Amino acid sequence: MRREALLNLVLFALLPATALIALALDEPFIITLATKAAILAVAGVGLNIALGLGGLVSFGHAAFFGLGGYAMGILASHAQSYVPLMESPFLIEGTKSMLVIWCVAIVTSALAALAIGALSLRTTGVYFIMITLAFGQMLYYFAISWPAYGGEDGLSIYVRNGFPGLNTLDPIQFFAITFCVLALVLFGAGRLARSPFGLALSATRQNAVRVETVGLAPYRLRLVAFVISGAVTGLAGALFADLNRFVSPTMFSWQTSGEIMVFVILGGVGRLFGPVAGAALFILLEHVLGGLSDYWHVYLGVLLLLVVLFARGGMIGTLAGREVAHD
Amino acid sequence: MTEPLLKLDDLHKSFGALKATDGVSLTLRPGEIHALIGPNGAGKSTLIQQIAGGLRSDSGTVHFAGHDVTALSTVARARAGLGRTFQISSLAMEYTVLQNAVLGALGQEGRVMRFFRPVMKDAALLEKAKAALERVGLMEQAAKRTADLSHGQRRQLEVAVALTLSPRVFLMDEPMAGLGASGSKRLTGFLEGLRAEAPILLVEHDMDAVFALADRISVLVYGQIIATGTAEEIRRNPDVREAYLGAEDAA
Repeated sequence: MRREALLNLVLFALLPATALIALALDEPFIITLATKAAILAVAGVGLNIALGLGGLVSFGHAAFFGLGGYAMGILASHAQSYVPLMESPFLIEGTKSMLVIWCVAIVTSALAALAIGALSLRTTGVYFIMITLAFGQMLYYFAISWPAYGGEDGLSIYVRNGFPGLNTLDPIQFFAITFCVLALVLFGAGRLARSPFGLALSATRQNAVRVETVGLAPYRLRLVAFVISGAVTGLAGALFADLNRFVSPTMFSWQTSGEIMVFVILGGVGRLFGPVAGAALFILLEHVLGGLSDYWHVYLGVLLLLVVLFARGGMIGTLAGREVAHD
Repeated sequence: MTEPLLKLDDLHKSFGALKATDGVSLTLRPGEIHALIGPNGAGKSTLIQQIAGGLRSDSGTVHFAGHDVTALSTVARARAGLGRTFQISSLAMEYTVLQNAVLGALGQEGRVMRFFRPVMKDAALLEKAKAALERVGLMEQAAKRTADLSHGQRRQLEVAVALTLSPRVFLMDEPMAGLGASGSKRLTGFLEGLRAEAPILLVEHDMDAVFALADRISVLVYGQIIATGTAEEIRRNPDVREAYLGAEDAA
């Protein structure tokens, strides 16, 4: 436990350290990479609540990532064109406020997760994976064929959304925002894992019959976990869209679901800081190997294979050893 | 006579042409240990599942504490006060012994939708869990991972988790299985005291334990109860001797 805590601390410090060094060296692109890693880590922490704690192999988390992204895209595009979203029965205008956009992203993806989860969680195993994948693909094709918001081409936002008191277009300030969100999400996820809910949820992954026998309904626990998980990933989607100032149906694609899952698996399934390690490594590889070859995913595939075969606990598991039960 | 806490009425369950449970009626009264015995394949596990809620009966009813629970799920029956232990230990293997017991206490308390406070610092849950571990003699193993426990210790933990539920009825599926002579003897002593808290429906292969503990014994053969009575009555019953004890007597 001690070793893992130390490792977590190092990992946690790595992102802001990278960003600050990049600032000193005047390398804004590196800051943007660190920001991207922080945002993708948030998405991974979200998935890890379902996958790591609940054992729910969702292959459709791109649905929530994309909904978060489109929540940002739609609100901001209406704000920049001064056309209200809706005029009757009551007026809804677009917004350039990050905080409002985050709330909308969280609520929208939570509601979607409630609907998708309520149906998908009636199945298990391969069927669950396939149904979540199908929901993700449904939203993907919907986004492609919906011309109002760019269809296949996506939506560009000219100016990054605002945050009170900060200049979000300054890379280091935007990094600070995303890093604080990551810190909050990690804190929440850490508390969740140790809470009564976390104990029961993790028990459903280990032995659902045991949970039923003590009088707790696994379905309800899983559904609540799925909603929380989707909401966090949705928040990450809104941040990701803001980072790129662009949303496109790609955010909904099954490759995105796969990538989020890769962060979790690379870093360590069920480990609080697993997605942070995984996302940081992913971005690093994308940057370093991507510079060498367009086909860098081949190397990523080999690495993933090695992790799954020889390092089941991912990076965290390899470096910190077997998970010790919480005090 | 006191009202039975658990009452099975003409339960049926078939798998295809096989009648696994064929008109079983049975009662469990407060304060008693009612043992259910029968040769392998008699349908004991099926019947346990029907009582616990894991299998839906084809027909017949299960009454628990005066209520018809036939249509209720496993979860609802557990909440109503049915404390079950499994033939093959069914625990959260990655958890510590204490965490498994706390899970039981949490189930009994029912307030699971709490997301912030650490559960392993909840004084009320811990107290209940530790008391249960203390009673079965597992307190020294509390911090051990359940996967690292011996078979016998897992059996003890099964019982401890059932205790945390403060059930109104215990449903125990072969708690002695694989315990060895001394472990079996200790558990027998423990169950003897437990009946005062809640009656026990005991499915057991260990005949010494059954004859030492049971106020009444029912014998299940091919899905039917062929006899119910005291240990002495069952010993003398010719049908039972033929169907079940025959081999042992002949030896």
